[in-house]
Amino acid sequence: MDFLLINQGFPILSTLIFLPLAGALILLIMPGDHACRIWTLFITVLTALISLPLFFMFDRSTHLYQFAEHHSWISAWNINYTLGIDGISLLLVLMTTLIMPLCVLGSWRYIEKRVKEFMICLLLMETAMLGVFMALDFVLFFIFWEAMLIPMYLLIAVWGGPRKTYASIKFFIYTLTGSVMLLVAIIALFLTSEPQTFSIPQLMAGHYSTTFQIWVFLAFFLAFAIKVPMFPFHTWLPAAHVEAPTAGSVILASVLLKMGTYGFLRFCLPITPEATFIFMPYILWLSIIGILYGGFTALAQQDMKKLIAYSSVGHMGFVTLGIFVLNTQGIEGAILQMINHGIVTGALFFCVGMLYERTHSRELALNAGIGRLMPIYVVFLGVFSLASLAFPGTNSFVGEFMILVGAFSHSLLIGAVAIPGAILAAAYMFRMYQRVTWGGTNNPSHNGLADLNAREVLILAPLLLFVFWIGLAPAPFLAVMEVSVAHLLEQVGVAGQTEGMSLARLLLP
Amino acid sequence: MEPIVSLKPLLALLAALIGAILVMLAGRYPNLREAWSLIAAVVMFSLIVSMVPVILAGQTMVYQLFQILPGVSVTLRVDAFSLVFALAASFLWILTVFYSAGYMRGLQEHAQTRFNTCFALALFGAMGVAFADNLFTLYLFYEIVSIGTYPLVAHHQDRDGYEGGRKYMVYLIAAAKGLVLPAMILIYVLTGTLDFADNISSGILPDNANALLVTVLYALCIIGFAKNGLMPLHGWLPGAMVAPTPVSALLHAVAVVKVGVFCTTRVMLYVFGVDIMDELSLGIITAYFVSFTILVASIIALSKDDLKARLAYSTVSQLAYIILGVALLTPMAIEGGLIHIVNHAFAKITLFFCAGAIYVAAHKKKISEMGGLGRIMPFTFGAFAIASLSMIGVPPVAGFVTKWYLLIGSLDAAQVGIILVLMVSTMLNVAYFAPITYHAFFGKPPAGETRVAGIREAPLVMVVPIMIAALISVIIGIYPNFMMQFVKMVTG
Repeated sequence: MDFLLINQGFPILSTLIFLPLAGALILLIMPGDHACRIWTLFITVLTALISLPLFFMFDRSTHLYQFAEHHSWISAWNINYTLGIDGISLLLVLMTTLIMPLCVLGSWRYIEKRVKEFMICLLLMETAMLGVFMALDFVLFFIFWEAMLIPMYLLIAVWGGPRKTYASIKFFIYTLTGSVMLLVAIIALFLTSEPQTFSIPQLMAGHYSTTFQIWVFLAFFLAFAIKVPMFPFHTWLPAAHVEAPTAGSVILASVLLKMGTYGFLRFCLPITPEATFIFMPYILWLSIIGILYGGFTALAQQDMKKLIAYSSVGHMGFVTLGIFVLNTQGIEGAILQMINHGIVTGALFFCVGMLYERTHSRELALNAGIGRLMPIYVVFLGVFSLASLAFPGTNSFVGEFMILVGAFSHSLLIGAVAIPGAILAAAYMFRMYQRVTWGGTNNPSHNGLADLNAREVLILAPLLLFVFWIGLAPAPFLAVMEVSVAHLLEQVGVAGQTEGMSLARLLLP
Repeated sequence: MEPIVSLKPLLALLAALIGAILVMLAGRYPNLREAWSLIAAVVMFSLIVSMVPVILAGQTMVYQLFQILPGVSVTLRVDAFSLVFALAASFLWILTVFYSAGYMRGLQEHAQTRFNTCFALALFGAMGVAFADNLFTLYLFYEIVSIGTYPLVAHHQDRDGYEGGRKYMVYLIAAAKGLVLPAMILIYVLTGTLDFADNISSGILPDNANALLVTVLYALCIIGFAKNGLMPLHGWLPGAMVAPTPVSALLHAVAVVKVGVFCTTRVMLYVFGVDIMDELSLGIITAYFVSFTILVASIIALSKDDLKARLAYSTVSQLAYIILGVALLTPMAIEGGLIHIVNHAFAKITLFFCAGAIYVAAHKKKISEMGGLGRIMPFTFGAFAIASLSMIGVPPVAGFVTKWYLLIGSLDAAQVGIILVLMVSTMLNVAYFAPITYHAFFGKPPAGETRVAGIREAPLVMVVPIMIAALISVIIGIYPNFMMQFVKMVTG
């Protein structure tokens, strides 16, 4: 187990995974809706606090998996309980633990029926999501991966909007199809590896024939591309977002979509490097299509949630673009952009939810011109809209800048065709913000609209902090991923080249 | 010489930012609100004046705020070039605070708090551009100016307002994101840094960079900073004239358009550098490219009867002078171009102020309806006449200095074509400015209209800033040395 830095003291990763699960079990016997809310908030905040030391104790000088735990589980099949995090998963874990308490706060008034069951679903989601980011054994990973499916399905199907049945079934079928392909790939890898193992780091070290890599890559790709979602596998996303309750949308956008891109980084690149190179151009162009398609479609939306959902398709296109240009700036930018998208899109969904609680509509036309009535709200919405369109000084700018540096270093053409996506982002976000803040005044149904209360400000404030922190001083966040990304590129086989400067080399004699 | 680390540029920026916040908080008390605007403007101007001795001693000031990526940071720097713009813009902000209080109250405009807040924000952005030490900082503040001025352009919140505002955003944001952003990224890929050079000749690009790529990057930058009003991306400027006149005055004569020109010239001189522009003949191509704007915009201005529209096209034409001067690459021409940032600012703000004063006093927008008004409003139209002379370039008003330097500069560069352009454009300036004054003093009111007895000069709070601005145009025409010394430090 030379790839693990075994954690000698307190099993912090297991605690993070199972604390929410334990909390959910206790919720079963908890009386009263309000007690359920407070208990869930307590558990999620506690999880967030326990996760903080991960950031400060993280060793930035090694690519090995840290805080690792390794126990034999089903020895007959060589299945182990292996957990560990590296520079790629650390920030995703922290973002998940940050978002969850905010989701509980965001559902405080929004959810009024079946509060206990809702909170149980949230806690189960947290366990499963953290498990996915920490698991280093394929079976364990797959269990957590599948475990996310049921509570998310319930969040949409029980607490969703008018077309919740359609949306939840669509979500379920799409994701399940991906999962099946994932399972096939996992079993194929197990059977081919020598000795047979489910250990992810050991599988990374193996060498496989090109044909085998291509098939495994395709299976992985389908599973993760649905999750991201990449064009043309994205159609479940707008439906799910529109019908899901606020917390559901936030979890979906902030964390669940990242599972796909995390899968690319964790499995596709290191386990099937040759296939990655073969498919790279196609995936780059799919990303470009996603960026432009998402942008144009978002421009045409009247429903705010749909608008943000389609903007996610565009933003995640940038992330996959960054991953598959296969150079340092691109991948570091992509990881940072995953976090940025989680923060900003999460915040935007909270904003839409807060408006929906007041006006009971997400239509732009019905929410037009509330700037005069809710000044604090529009300030928050304005900052998050700017962050979403990658305004310089906000977090998304840094991510997008790095991804575009990576893209331009890879190919002038790829970089140039991604640029209109950045313009479209400005167009649809300004359109939404202009309508909501100024468009049309004196809507009689807006009489007596209350501005944000302290609870709502408390939800948005931490996200606002990260918008500017990452936007102006991203160094601490980039530092944790540097060594891991360098190692990842080594595994893919491009480390020898100074890939980042390829354009300069090309142009300089 | 090692630059001095100094907080002063940051404080000057904060003066505007904190001013904006205080204005917003004081919204319910108009007098307190205007007082905060004034205090912010005065503090900012004083801080900038206090930097003058240091810069004249040949030093520069820097202050790094945030390190974002290696070679990408938010860093402020003050050098002679920054001061040319910063001094003029911050001084004119003080005048505008008085003027706009008079204008907005005179017309009982709505949302005056938002107006004043955004005004301070726009100045915050403009100063940030003046003090930017690298391309990223420049881009950041350039975008802040775009965002901060949108509510000003769409101020009236009617169909015209929204239409003008939409056009404004589409042109500026699309050009910045679509052209400048990729240029910035490619420059970063090529050089690994976005910091400006410390002189105007070397630039930051590697000597052996591909000529085609450099040319493309150069074109992206020249056209991408669309606030510079160069054709073909000038359409936002006349569109933005739906804004209240003080906005047109400060923003579209000083802050916004000068931010565009400043960015363009800063990038020409400190990213590409005179050497590379000369080697690839980029300078001379630019000179002829902007000549087209100079002439065509003047001809369009001739055809406009709406005073603000005529002034808008005059701005488009005059801004191109600045870029023309820098593009000629000879020291005299560069000096002539850069000093025009100041000369044009004072003259054009006078003209816009006058347009606003005429509207407040007489509710006239069309030039053809202003016949005889000069006899009723002699001070306003007197100032208008002086500022027109500056635009035309008649001694002893400031515009003459520009034309003098530009002409000698084009002689140095041996560009007969450019001399011809300057002569024709001067004729056109006469043709579209002189009749306004003549008509006002010696013309008759439109047929069938008898003068309403109530018309007289606009309130003092508007007329005094007009007179000060016009007077300064004369002073810097007679004593050009104070501002010229900064410009001469730029060319070394």
